[in-house]
Amino acid sequence: MFEGKGIRMGTKGRFGPYGGQYIPETLMNAVNELEAAYEHYKNDPEFVKELNDLYRDYAGRPSLLTYAKKMTEDLGGAKIYLKREDLNHTGAHKINNCLGQCLLAKKMGKKRIIAETGAGQHGVATATIAALLGMECEIFMGEIDTERQALNVYRMELLGAKVNAVKTGTRTLKDAVNAALREWTARIEDTHYCIGSVMGPHPFPIIVRDFQKIIGEEIKEQVLKAEGRLPDAVLACVGGGSNAMGTFYDFIPDTEVRLIGCEAAGEGADTPRTAATVATGKPGIFHGMKSLFCQDEYGQIAPVYSISAGLDYPGIGPEHAELFRTGRAEYVSITDDEAVDAFEYLSRTEGIIPAIESSHAIAYAMKLAPQMSKDQIMVVTVSGRGDKDVAAIARYRGKDIHD
Amino acid sequence: MIDIKEAFKTRKAFIPFITGGDPDLDTTKKVLLALQDAGADLVEIGIPFSDPMAEGPVIQDADERALANGCTTDLLMDAIAEIASSMHIPMVFMTYMNPIYTYGKEKFMQRCKEIGISGVIVPDVPFEERAELSEACEKYGIAQIAMVAPTSEERIQTIAKTSEGFLYCVSSLGVTGVRNEITSDVGSMVGKAHEASDIPCCIGFGISNPEQAAKMAAVSDGVISGSAIVRIVGEHGKDCVEPVREFVKSMADAVHTA
Repeated sequence: MFEGKGIRMGTKGRFGPYGGQYIPETLMNAVNELEAAYEHYKNDPEFVKELNDLYRDYAGRPSLLTYAKKMTEDLGGAKIYLKREDLNHTGAHKINNCLGQCLLAKKMGKKRIIAETGAGQHGVATATIAALLGMECEIFMGEIDTERQALNVYRMELLGAKVNAVKTGTRTLKDAVNAALREWTARIEDTHYCIGSVMGPHPFPIIVRDFQKIIGEEIKEQVLKAEGRLPDAVLACVGGGSNAMGTFYDFIPDTEVRLIGCEAAGEGADTPRTAATVATGKPGIFHGMKSLFCQDEYGQIAPVYSISAGLDYPGIGPEHAELFRTGRAEYVSITDDEAVDAFEYLSRTEGIIPAIESSHAIAYAMKLAPQMSKDQIMVVTVSGRGDKDVAAIARYRGKDIHD
Repeated sequence: MIDIKEAFKTRKAFIPFITGGDPDLDTTKKVLLALQDAGADLVEIGIPFSDPMAEGPVIQDADERALANGCTTDLLMDAIAEIASSMHIPMVFMTYMNPIYTYGKEKFMQRCKEIGISGVIVPDVPFEERAELSEACEKYGIAQIAMVAPTSEERIQTIAKTSEGFLYCVSSLGVTGVRNEITSDVGSMVGKAHEASDIPCCIGFGISNPEQAAKMAAVSDGVISGSAIVRIVGEHGKDCVEPVREFVKSMADAVHTA
């Protein structure tokens, strides 16, 4: 359940040295207006009720916590639970945030929603909620991503959204963010930019986290019910980091719980074909925030690569950067090969086809579980379902199947 | 380095913008001298960035061309240093926060001072984050030029009071680029700023012909033009010097007689 009371708002959205509001002046009044509206509505009982009703009756929350019995037995270590965000309406955790932001935008009197998308999951979720709430919707997606996720493009169009293929730069997620930011500066009055991850200028990292923290809160309640104690580790994949932040947030004060973010190493964190920001990035200022970024010695943002369009981003949310700096969370890198193996492994072992993004977390669970004892518990967030990835994985394995 | 005030001493200022290193650094040096010859009162030099969030397609392409041709912050600074003694008008840098942050804020401003750069315009550093740069700027006497936009409203006066060198008044919503018409009430933006401060107010974004330039100069202290010039550089490549000179002369004349 979403509960707005008691949420901590930092000073200008700082997480230690990270965060902030590094955006053109044109957008400043818009983010200030958003911050004020969020401060108001998160404590408004009517807004909170509407959102929680939608979570339950439309998105299908709470999502299940599934005991992965065969996987646990096969790996022979920690007891593994899967947090099933793949079972949400639209097939991923993204809807938690879209419901919150679009409802907020509607209360603010906005008529139009714009959003960036990588794999297309956030675009689909945004288009879905825009349809539900009767708002106009325009999605920005890197041209390369529109090719690797063609089915999602059609899905968004089916939902009434206009999809713009972004042809600048590396034609992937970061360029989609650039395009959405540029569009927002051109049309602010009636438009809300529904950022899809815990990134961007304040207040977005906080708002997105707050709408995603329901994941960790449910995990805590469900695991306590099933096991009578907290898990020893929680795992989630990290691109910008919204499902990981949602998974981690409620566990931050529980220091006995390990928080593990799984980044996309692409062909390897020691190769240039990688998107592992924590492993290879440095502090920088980009897309409205101070955080960690993959970049060269002159601060040019690096072209990043991962098989997963959703993790193919050269930065990470500022709160993750701070969790890494303070050592509260750990971040590991998973290669394309490992993720694809995990994609197939979970499909065969548990009958659950995970998104290629989520497969990065599954892959690390496969490494970590055998090193843990049988009386230990781990929870892995399956952030989305893998239907969208089936054709791409087939191609990766040399089978010519097209969407 | 030359005081930015010099640009506004006797007349309204015309401020051309070019992307450094586009298409190469030799051309950049020639173009800078040509801008000065053609009547520019101050020049704005863009340090190319991989992801220029406030730019439209024309300047995005220029940044890509410059980077593809190997331009780096150091190489651009070296090129400017070579012609600095021939430049009698102030020069300022326009770039994004990350290239400055990664270079090292102190080292960046120190180098600016050494090569005769008088100020910096950093579009992704709004008023709320200006402290990110102010210490390093103050230490080396580099002006931190602030921006106001049509959406700034009650923020205009606060920003005007803190801006140094001049105040960059963004003419319209959206990104840089040629516009047929400027519909925002920029005159009132300038008026509000002047109520709070006597800092020179210059209008930029979308100003692409002498008629527009004259109109904007009539309600401000100066006019900035970027995409229209960068487009000429894009079309003519290394042979852009003369066509740029000719265009800039027409723009500068329009501003100076407004």
